[in-house]
Amino acid sequence: MDTIPEIPKEEYILKCTSACAGCSDSLALRYVLKAAGPDTVLVVPACCTSVIQGIYPNTAFNVPVYNIAFASAAACASGMSNAFRAAGKKTNVIAYAGDGGTLDIGIQAMSGAFERGTDFLYICYDNEAYGNTGMQRSGGTPLGARTTTTPTGKTDNKKDIDAIIAAHDPPYQATACAAYPQDLFKKVAKALTFRGPTFIHILAPCPPGWRYSTEKSVEMGKLAVKSGMWVLYEREYGKLTIGAQSKAAIKKPIPLEDYLAPQGRFKGIDPKTVEILKQRIAKNLAKLTAEEAAS
Amino acid sequence: MTPDTKRERLALSRPVVGAAGKTGTWRVFRPVVDKEKCNECGLCATYCPDAAIDDDLIVDLGFCKGCGICANECPKKAISMVREEK
Repeated sequence: MDTIPEIPKEEYILKCTSACAGCSDSLALRYVLKAAGPDTVLVVPACCTSVIQGIYPNTAFNVPVYNIAFASAAACASGMSNAFRAAGKKTNVIAYAGDGGTLDIGIQAMSGAFERGTDFLYICYDNEAYGNTGMQRSGGTPLGARTTTTPTGKTDNKKDIDAIIAAHDPPYQATACAAYPQDLFKKVAKALTFRGPTFIHILAPCPPGWRYSTEKSVEMGKLAVKSGMWVLYEREYGKLTIGAQSKAAIKKPIPLEDYLAPQGRFKGIDPKTVEILKQRIAKNLAKLTAEEAAS
Repeated sequence: MTPDTKRERLALSRPVVGAAGKTGTWRVFRPVVDKEKCNECGLCATYCPDAAIDDDLIVDLGFCKGCGICANECPKKAISMVREEK
């Protein structure tokens, strides 16, 4: 699986979405759709992806998209998938939701769909706040990050949605990052080969929300992985494999400050909070390394 | 109900190029490629969030939003961001 995959040249997003300049959600979505191909339906709850499609009655997305209310993406995708399978169609059903629609508002519908064993792929692209409404705190916001509703930095930890998903024991789950499009492409293509619910959690750095300049989107994603703040791995039938990029980061991580300093949302972060973040990262990496060794 | 009025009621969008207008007008800095330094690795096209760089590595200035990811990620530093004239 270490060869560079042949990525198709077809684009399923027409020029151009109304996403902000340097948006890593549109970068991630480009590769998700390249991996899924034309026989795909996207189910999109309220999130950045529902506002970047363009201006009605036009859309930049060249695949069928069903826009639906925040809480119901997975419920809708579940019904859609069952209808396709009943009609004997193999159409890929992808629920493409933000961190708010996954970690906070959409979690019950998602949990239900995973419990029912729906044949679909749920993708959460995580910009660690409610992006399209102007960066309010979400369950995905990391400790110490400033948002419009946590002006002095968030005092709670980021919710570990991957552990919640793992508890549902799906056939496949993975984490990815928009800064590694080949890796993302490979994981989406792999997830769609499984029958049953699969989950991919994508870190999507957000220039206006994280308060860094637009050209650093890819750099920021790479720094997140290199500092260990974000870990790339996949779990196939319970067997965990940590990605090569993250293995390198476990061996020789860059200082966490290199990731925090360029971002305006961590400006003036208390050194004690940085210490807590570092401890949490070390604990998470140790847990994942132990799980990989045991599986 | 005719098919046309039905479509109205379904609030259905159709895929078209330029669904959000010519986004190139947003641009403040324009990417300029130095063909001498470029080794055609294609990383700029890989990382472009809006697929505004084609296979021949030509930037579509009608839609390029000028984010500068291409210039930042270019291993040869062959792309420079030049301020747009007013």
